[in-house]
Amino acid sequence: MPPPLFLKREEESVRKMQNALNRFIPFLRRGWYAVLAGLLILLWLVGRFRENPVLFAQFMVDGIRLGFVYALIALGYTMVYGIVRLINFAHGDVFMVGAFTAYYATTRYHWGFVPAMLLAMVVCAFLAVVIERVAYKPLRDAPRIAALITAIGVSFFLEYFTALDFVFTPNFINYTPLPIKFKTWDVAGVTFSNIMFIVIAVSTMLLVILWYLVYRTKLGKAMRAVAWDKPTARLMGIDVDLVITFTFAIGAALAGVGGMLYVIVYPQIRTFLGVMPGLKAFIAAVFGGIGSIPGAFIGSLLIGMIETLSQGYLSSTLRDAIVFSILIIVLLFRPTGLFGEAAKEKA
Amino acid sequence: MTASMDERPVVLDIKGLSKNFGGRLTASGYEGGLWAVRDFDLTVCEGELVGLIGPNGAGKTTVFNMINALIPVTSGQITFYGKNLVGLPPHAITQAGIGRTFQNIRLFPRLTVLDNVRIAYHPHAGYGLFHAMVQNGLFEQRERELTEKAQELLALFNLLDRQDEIASNLPYGEQRRVEIARALAAQPKLLLLDEPAAGMNPREVHGLMDLIHFIRDKFKLTIVLIEHQMRVVMGICEWITVMDFGQVIARGTADEVSNNPRVIEAYLGKAGRRV
Amino acid sequence: MTKSRLRFLGQSWLFWLAVCMVFLVVQWVMMPRMTEFRRTAWIVFPCIMAIICLGLNLIYGFNGQFSLGQWGFYAIGAYTAALITYHWAERISYPVQGIILRVPPLLQKLIPMAEITLFHFDAGKSLVLFIALLAGAVLAAVVSLGFGYIVLLRLGSDYFGIATLGFTVIVQVLIINSDQVIPETKGARGMVGIPQMTSFFWAFLFLILTIVIIRNIIYSSVGRAIISVREDEVAAQAMGIDVLKYKTVSFVIGSFLAGLAGGLYAHLYAFLSPGYFSFVRSFDPLIIIVFGGLGNMTGTLIATFLWAISLEGMRIWLPQGFEAWRFVVYPIALLLIMLLRQEGLMGRVELGFLRAPKWPVPKTLLREMKPQAAPVGAGNPQPAEDK
Repeated sequence: MPPPLFLKREEESVRKMQNALNRFIPFLRRGWYAVLAGLLILLWLVGRFRENPVLFAQFMVDGIRLGFVYALIALGYTMVYGIVRLINFAHGDVFMVGAFTAYYATTRYHWGFVPAMLLAMVVCAFLAVVIERVAYKPLRDAPRIAALITAIGVSFFLEYFTALDFVFTPNFINYTPLPIKFKTWDVAGVTFSNIMFIVIAVSTMLLVILWYLVYRTKLGKAMRAVAWDKPTARLMGIDVDLVITFTFAIGAALAGVGGMLYVIVYPQIRTFLGVMPGLKAFIAAVFGGIGSIPGAFIGSLLIGMIETLSQGYLSSTLRDAIVFSILIIVLLFRPTGLFGEAAKEKA
Repeated sequence: MTASMDERPVVLDIKGLSKNFGGRLTASGYEGGLWAVRDFDLTVCEGELVGLIGPNGAGKTTVFNMINALIPVTSGQITFYGKNLVGLPPHAITQAGIGRTFQNIRLFPRLTVLDNVRIAYHPHAGYGLFHAMVQNGLFEQRERELTEKAQELLALFNLLDRQDEIASNLPYGEQRRVEIARALAAQPKLLLLDEPAAGMNPREVHGLMDLIHFIRDKFKLTIVLIEHQMRVVMGICEWITVMDFGQVIARGTADEVSNNPRVIEAYLGKAGRRV
Repeated sequence: MTKSRLRFLGQSWLFWLAVCMVFLVVQWVMMPRMTEFRRTAWIVFPCIMAIICLGLNLIYGFNGQFSLGQWGFYAIGAYTAALITYHWAERISYPVQGIILRVPPLLQKLIPMAEITLFHFDAGKSLVLFIALLAGAVLAAVVSLGFGYIVLLRLGSDYFGIATLGFTVIVQVLIINSDQVIPETKGARGMVGIPQMTSFFWAFLFLILTIVIIRNIIYSSVGRAIISVREDEVAAQAMGIDVLKYKTVSFVIGSFLAGLAGGLYAHLYAFLSPGYFSFVRSFDPLIIIVFGGLGNMTGTLIATFLWAISLEGMRIWLPQGFEAWRFVVYPIALLLIMLLRQEGLMGRVELGFLRAPKWPVPKTLLREMKPQAAPVGAGNPQPAEDK
């Protein structure tokens, strides 16, 4: 005699719910659902384009410019996450310090663009190394949440400490004069500025250097090894701590440049400047699949464009809500982001 | 199969079970990828003690994981007392009466031994969130019954004096026993033991074999056991199925299997000899 | 174990006595300034914070789901409750004349009042407040059920945290834009005109209820199921526990409490600013529960009061011109605590009523233990061999 299979009284309803669930999951997994949504969005975009091609192109151009700045920040998030699984909330504030460094170097000490940029890189890298050594390293074996709270603490500290009167002051500062003369060209109605080209050129150059560093040098190989498996990397003779410090330094140097470029594009500086771009860049990194370097880059471009397009066509005040809604929807379809690898599950 | 087997009801019936990792689904089935398990068949009747053996990586644990729905089945069917299990979520399968232990012990590390066992009683607790919130008489009565049952089980496993210890602080052998006790607390009809003897010395293995016999008789269980040491299984299992590279290469009684040339080959290579 | 040890109300008379004592003492200390809500905020606000933190602790500390969305549910509860009382509190006003006690001249040194009014309250407004709080909490719970079910179905660990962070941002943006639909919220300018009704009594009442309910859930089979999900999801499934269900259950309960806390907050300062509901503040409850110890109710309570009172204290006690240092000192303290006590203030130690009920071994079993026991072996403790 077969025994009762479900001991619950609500056997029927439970089974019904389970069946519904089981049907729902493959439904989510199946691609056509997402493809349909993608097509609708594409159609909408095409419609907007035909309505006013010049405006559309202008939004795209602005979005790309913003995206490149985000990419510089997002890479720091993604590399650090890839290597120590830490959401480094202080990264946005390192970015802010880069912006201030460049500001003071160019306005008060009249440095040129390139030296100021190099200075911002060095200052940020140094700051990040100090943060890593003081705040994160002692917590490497602690539960991950301890390091996360520490990161939030460092972030608060950088924001409020630099907002003190004798540091950077809590006020808005207008970035004048800019280190570069502002020039614009009008190509078929679309406005291009020299700043945009500089942003794209500098970012691309740095991204290429980063790509070379990560995929073509010994240090990069060590970084990837540490990201994959720390204990084994250590057994292979890699100085894990040094590699982690390097990762923080490289990410921060990129963020420093990002900070400088960001304030040249939006010339208003404040010590809370890093919060929103930091969050957006982080979202971009997640969007592309956190831990993946090409993912962070493409995610940043996408987020930049989504942001300018939704600001332009839908609502400027709802912009952040739209960006986050898209992020959540993308995560629901691809739980590890667009280019993220499925989490390594140890059986 | 002998006649005596047919009289007993079939508990678990697996037909054509396959699992493909990383393959691509095409119109004609899966292409490429790795077949961790392929066309696996197994029939287990009530009260039997069946061994599933094979070298490392033969796909034994994958079979267990598929029975438990911890990983999705690629193809094939699994029935338990005539009821289809494929497609059910893992907790429903456990509630239907299949308990299991894990190869690398998976206790709830930061909870006490008693709580570890009591968690497995949860589907049978008999009260819901509301009763828990107000802790009324029903709650109290059920909670006491449940705890007493858990304590009886622990007493049976000689663990009662350890009930308030944190599970991860126990020595390895005791953790194993807690895990088996926990699996029994889920009130299974069929128990899947995944390498229960792993990491034990011969003396402990001997004790374990007695224990397995004991719980089978005491709880009227049907047991399927994974092991890759032949020696352990030979002593206690009535029927043995041998797997290699995801496929069944032999089945039968202990003697039949241990004399099977394909089994010897799987374990020792072509030039193998009887140990 | 005595029978009453497990009961809800009879659980421990000591606990209820302590609750009454605390309430009376605080009420007595604040007596002369009961009507000035701003001056009681230092003790009322931590109570509110403790409610949301206990909820988050259930989600993150006990169930292991990293949620940053509680702040969004807090906002939902706050605005919902505020909108209800904004419209109805004045309309359904029904003051109850209390009992006036004359204070004898001798006692007037202790209580600087000539008379004390007991049980003087507005029954109509209180009812509206109660309904409003409940409505805010229920709306938060309903939203969290929908959001939580879909998101928990697909996302785990960090990604769940990010999605809930996104939820908080979305809620804030929607609030800023809400005046296009509901003009009373006044969008980005902040909502004013909410009746100021969160007295210590309300905050304390709901805090105690929260503590009791969370504690009762944790030390029940449901609570064990919730904790097992945190400990090992796969093993929990294999023990017959519906992981998704219990993730959703704890998320919804936590969000309900966040909504409740939000409603209380709205009526504390009688002003709601969308800036307060920004994602940066959503780290506050997280910091508190980590500081108190994840999965530790005593720790959460102590940490909330320490956190709120020391932040408030710094505002008052820091010398002139050093107010800006408050948030410089705070992160440094945070860093030091994290470096020195990673497992949180209380670690695994619960105090008093919040301790796990003990289940001593029944005598009958102790006697029968030896003869009935299973065959020895299988890793039976052998001196010095296992370790």
